[in-house]
Amino acid sequence: MNRFAELLDRLAYEPGRNNKLRLITGYFREVGDPDRGYALAALTGALSFKHAKPALIRDLIASRTDEVLFGLSYDYVGDLSETVALMWPKRGANNNESFPGHPSPPPSPARGEGAQRSAQRPMSTTANSHLASDGPTALSVPSPLAGKGQGEGNRGRDTSDAFHPSNHNNPPPPTLAEVVSTLRTLGKTELPKQLERWLDELDETGRWALLKLVTGALRIGISARLAKTAAAALGDKDPHDIELIWPGLSPPYLDLFAWLEGRGEKPVNRDPAPFRPVMLAHAIEDSDFAALDPADYIAEWKWDGIRVQAVAGRDERGHITARLYSRTGEDITGSFPDLVPSLRLPGAIDGELLILREGRVQSFNVLQQRLNRKVVSPKLIKEFPIHLRAYDLLGDDENDLRELPFAERRERLETFVRKLDDPRIDLSPTVPFASWEALTAARADPASAGAGEDADAVEGVMLKRRDAPYLPGRPKGQWWKWKRDPHIIDAVLMYAQRGHGKRSSYYSDYTFGVWTAGDGGDELVPVGKAYFGFTDEELLQIDRFVRRNTTEKFGPVRHVVHEGDKGLVLEVAFEGLQRSPRHKSGIAMRFPRISRLRWDKPPREADRLETLERMLKAEPAEIEV
Amino acid sequence: MWVTRRCGVATYISGMRPQDILLPAAAGLCCKPGGFHIDPVRPVERAVITHGHSDHARAGHGAVLATQETLDMMRLRYGENFAGSTQAIRYGEEIRLGDVSVKFHPAGHVLGSAQIAVTCKDTCIVASGDYKDAPDPTCAPFELVPCDVFITEATFGLPVFRHGDASDEVKKLLASVALFPERAHLVGAYSLGKAQRVIALLRQAGYDAPIYLHGAMETITGYYQSRGIDLGDLMSVKGVKKAALAGTITLAPPSATSDLWTRRFPDPVTAFASGWMRVRARARQRGIELPLVISDHADWDGLTATIAATGAGEIWVTHGQEDALVHWCRSKGLKAQPLDLVGYGDEEESETPLTDEAEA
Repeated sequence: MNRFAELLDRLAYEPGRNNKLRLITGYFREVGDPDRGYALAALTGALSFKHAKPALIRDLIASRTDEVLFGLSYDYVGDLSETVALMWPKRGANNNESFPGHPSPPPSPARGEGAQRSAQRPMSTTANSHLASDGPTALSVPSPLAGKGQGEGNRGRDTSDAFHPSNHNNPPPPTLAEVVSTLRTLGKTELPKQLERWLDELDETGRWALLKLVTGALRIGISARLAKTAAAALGDKDPHDIELIWPGLSPPYLDLFAWLEGRGEKPVNRDPAPFRPVMLAHAIEDSDFAALDPADYIAEWKWDGIRVQAVAGRDERGHITARLYSRTGEDITGSFPDLVPSLRLPGAIDGELLILREGRVQSFNVLQQRLNRKVVSPKLIKEFPIHLRAYDLLGDDENDLRELPFAERRERLETFVRKLDDPRIDLSPTVPFASWEALTAARADPASAGAGEDADAVEGVMLKRRDAPYLPGRPKGQWWKWKRDPHIIDAVLMYAQRGHGKRSSYYSDYTFGVWTAGDGGDELVPVGKAYFGFTDEELLQIDRFVRRNTTEKFGPVRHVVHEGDKGLVLEVAFEGLQRSPRHKSGIAMRFPRISRLRWDKPPREADRLETLERMLKAEPAEIEV
Repeated sequence: MWVTRRCGVATYISGMRPQDILLPAAAGLCCKPGGFHIDPVRPVERAVITHGHSDHARAGHGAVLATQETLDMMRLRYGENFAGSTQAIRYGEEIRLGDVSVKFHPAGHVLGSAQIAVTCKDTCIVASGDYKDAPDPTCAPFELVPCDVFITEATFGLPVFRHGDASDEVKKLLASVALFPERAHLVGAYSLGKAQRVIALLRQAGYDAPIYLHGAMETITGYYQSRGIDLGDLMSVKGVKKAALAGTITLAPPSATSDLWTRRFPDPVTAFASGWMRVRARARQRGIELPLVISDHADWDGLTATIAATGAGEIWVTHGQEDALVHWCRSKGLKAQPLDLVGYGDEEESETPLTDEAEA
């Protein structure tokens, strides 16, 4: 558990993707089964046990520490698990050691928790020192009262510590496998005692990771995909191969690691409804068209929903199993139970998840109300009816269609959808075109090119080679996405913050604002934050500008000059707007990025909040749930 | 000189209270019967100084009494004329000043750091300055001084601050260097004390490659070496080619590890050796990727154990988290109060600013 905690700890600070991969792969290489398997499960969200409530953790710490000291500590640290992990006083620490490192008079005193404890609980201290002095014999009697030994407990106050390992009579810290399997079977009433024991046995980082794990708050910025990629790297395998067999695997993944290390056969996915790695498109540039022949391509709308894979298959007994996966292979079936009954024919559809009301596609803002929901209420299902718009068919009953050319798959898809004949699933129409000019016109005005009233939900067009097989990843020259032009505004740089990792020496996160009428005339109100879109050269330029035009510093944030005639205007591109009570301006931008630096433009000529308000009115209103 | 000059204030009555001996004043902790200040933050006639960190040792006093090392470091930082006159005192040496006697004891904080025991009649007050009770190969170990009143720092005066074994943290650093041989490791460390301790710990752990130094660390580190502290092969990072820094360790003042200066390193891993790194938010706020919990201050366990062991019945708590430590003392039946002294704290804040044109 301590080693796993160390990994989590390091990952929590590491910003770089490749470095995260190295850390995880390194862990898999170093740590044996079954611990690494449970670690993989923890990182991919595949562990399941009843989580402990924060109130339980509070009770535990209250029984061990002074209320005032806990309060002051919690205020300082700001995170319950971390506060408890750091201040947890181990019961039975070996306290009466002297510290011979100090040659000073008078004879060495009791130290550390010892001094504290001896005042608090003279009885238990005596018991401890007795146990500790028993040395090796006590090893056979692992007791929660036993000393904490070498772990981090004795802290190496003096170098002679290393030569006296004999007072090490504490139970070893639990392994991750022990923690996971115990948590799965433990009754609710036994949990506090068990947690207490573990907290006594683990070091600070171990306690932190344990508390994060049991409270279900393991947020360390690792996607399931990244963890699987790290596992694949262990055996130099393609992460897609792991995705393919993943649904058939379960923690602690002994068969998977055996295969990765060349000790076993590749596990077979017996899952009746497996995920298939998704095919992605490249963004097309104007210069790309010259080399492309319109006749080679089929065009279709790119819908502004979420890309999913809907899979149904028969299990051994002939029953249909249906699953919905995100484009990264995450099983999201639980969030969309209303779609499951519609997936009653064996097959695998690649499509877009949308909200349809009276046959009309709703905006992404509306769809967002259904994302990341833990509980899907009947009311939610009723007011946000889910819909699948099909783009492609990867499997039809037992047949894998991915090797077939797209044009042929498309025909099969049409047949499949017709056969399914379900109101929740329809076909994404193709966009007929004879020349790039015709397609340009269609993209500019989807409403009159077939998208009709759904035109607002069109994000652009997709171009797919007629002869392209369905390939995982982003293969070159097969699929292109041609998004509609983004919204553009001119905003003024207001604050800049240092970036992370490679960018930690640059001011690379920018808060920008637009003008609005304030009490004392026009003032800037922040409307968003962006940290990409600029080139490396532009980053250097903005960084220099920020450093030379800082008016105030607040920790890592710099207040950059922004007045009518002094400041930097940023052209900001974004995909959409949303009302947001969390922002002062009442507006949140979707996917904002810096598209150009307007050195030429005085800040007073930047856009106004009213412009954004107007754009917002044009968007469909959001519905409160 | 110190010993010969008598203090003018000698009008004390017997049976004095501790605050008649030492009292917080605007300039710092003032000893009226002895006619001096301890670690004054403003120029005073006579200053007794615990250690060389710039928040404790400032220039411009009339006369300064400190250990030879502290005086040397002040000279290196502020130039020859940092004080009107100086006098060096050894650990264990006792000097009579006015109506009090003053004795220096090792504080274990940095090279030359001292606790100052001030005795008047039969009352002994120990002003510990900054101290730590953990081992440090670069300075004399902390000495416990029994006293009536103990003045303790409280930099890490919260029970969440429990600094583990520093050598384990150095192992963490070395493991990272092994894992990322193509990246440079940049370790932020205060240039007086922490940097040299980290280097010494790296050497203890068996790391014998050259260690690179930021320019701001070179003088003090050179001084440590001149005092016989073996730090192995050290090199200036200035002028070294980027590619040559892959797989190396460089020490730099904390403020330098997040600025322009870092662009000379290949994909640097930013580490910071500090007791503050115990708290994640502090590490994240600074953009640290590899926090190393290595502190030159006593942690919570060290503070409470030391307080108990001095036998002092009265505890004065200065700079840091006074509230928690005062609360703890009172819960143990000790008389305790926070001492309002201003101007102490993060030694980094008062370090010489970097020569970074853009930051200036």
